[in-house]
Amino acid sequence: MYDFTYSKPSSLADAVAALAGDDQAKALAGGQTFIPVLKQRLNNPSVVVDLAGLGLSFITVTGESVTIGATTTHAAVAASKDVRNAIPALAALAGGIGDNQVRNRGTIGGSLANNDPSACYPAAALALGATIKTSKREIAADDYFQGMFTTALEPDELIVSVSFPIPAKAAYVKFKNPASRYAMVGVFVAKGPKGVRVAVTGAGQGGVHRHSAAEAALAANWSADSVAGITVPADALNSDIHASAEYRAHLVQVVTKRAVIAAG
Amino acid sequence: MSKHHVTATINGEPAEFLCETENTLLDALRDQLRLTGTKEGCGSGDCGACSVIVDGRLVCSCLMLAVEAEGKTIQTIEGIADGEKLHPVQQKFLEHAALQCGFCTPGFLVAAKALLDRNPDPTETEVRYWLAGNLCRCTGYDKIIRAVLDTAAEMRANA
Repeated sequence: MYDFTYSKPSSLADAVAALAGDDQAKALAGGQTFIPVLKQRLNNPSVVVDLAGLGLSFITVTGESVTIGATTTHAAVAASKDVRNAIPALAALAGGIGDNQVRNRGTIGGSLANNDPSACYPAAALALGATIKTSKREIAADDYFQGMFTTALEPDELIVSVSFPIPAKAAYVKFKNPASRYAMVGVFVAKGPKGVRVAVTGAGQGGVHRHSAAEAALAANWSADSVAGITVPADALNSDIHASAEYRAHLVQVVTKRAVIAAG
Repeated sequence: MSKHHVTATINGEPAEFLCETENTLLDALRDQLRLTGTKEGCGSGDCGACSVIVDGRLVCSCLMLAVEAEGKTIQTIEGIADGEKLHPVQQKFLEHAALQCGFCTPGFLVAAKALLDRNPDPTETEVRYWLAGNLCRCTGYDKIIRAVLDTAAEMRANA
């Protein structure tokens, strides 16, 4: 790591001020991606602003939505009885991220702010039509994800919480890399207040994206059979040592079907 | 850059150390406090050799800044045994020969203890899921899983 200054503000306003005054300042949530980035010297921040003192670890469930504070860990979401009852697919997704050690530190806000193209939470946020509340505004998931590692967040804008409308049916199925447990392809299907929505992570060169052909088919007929024959072109999909774009295209087809079956 | 003064509770005792901002908790444990039982494997959160328990939660000490430890309660491999008396999970690792080179063993023991603190009667699936963040490159996992299940059974019998 390069040398940097450490700051642990106790209010959101102070945290935003620390970021606003310095374009080399960086926010630290759970650090499960950011600390490896620092170790590899891929980033050279002037000041690291620790968000752990902001009181943003909370889960609130109403009849309509599940709201999760930005610094809530994956382990807390996975273990929450309220989340399990309201959106079991979301609790299961959190319990399948990385491993135990990662889930005890990694946060939902960190995952969404980073927008790794293979991360799980972006699929849930997009498929459920979540609203991302920040220090400045509320952003609909459809406007929030803007490409690989890119979001609508401004440099001095922090995620405060994420609200997920409670769906009638939902499931997330991931075909995971067996070592990292990142999604080689992950598909979140949901039938809820925002209609039928299907989000795919791990596959696209632009990161998480909606699967409009599957959405149309499921809106007409919610069944595994209606998506079983839907193929997707490999052109815009990732190719790496784990899988070719053609293999990922095949996985999108298979995993979408499995997700519909899991949702029931 | 000035050093940070960090106060924490480590293995039941008050502890303090000085660290640079760019030190991890693992660096501080090993280099400042000389608690060298906690190992650095990958340094990127994949292998679990650096596992410690922070405020009751199993974490990788290599992926936490030392300054983040301020005010925390930390348990390392050095705090698992009761003086000369091994923790049951340590004894069972010996009986089952659940180690070979031993480098991953402190991490596995701390992770297994964290599991048994929470769940005295885990299924094999629960043990495997819980220990998924700890890698062993020589013995493999079968003996480790058996040792943890045997520990749980013995601790329940003696409870």
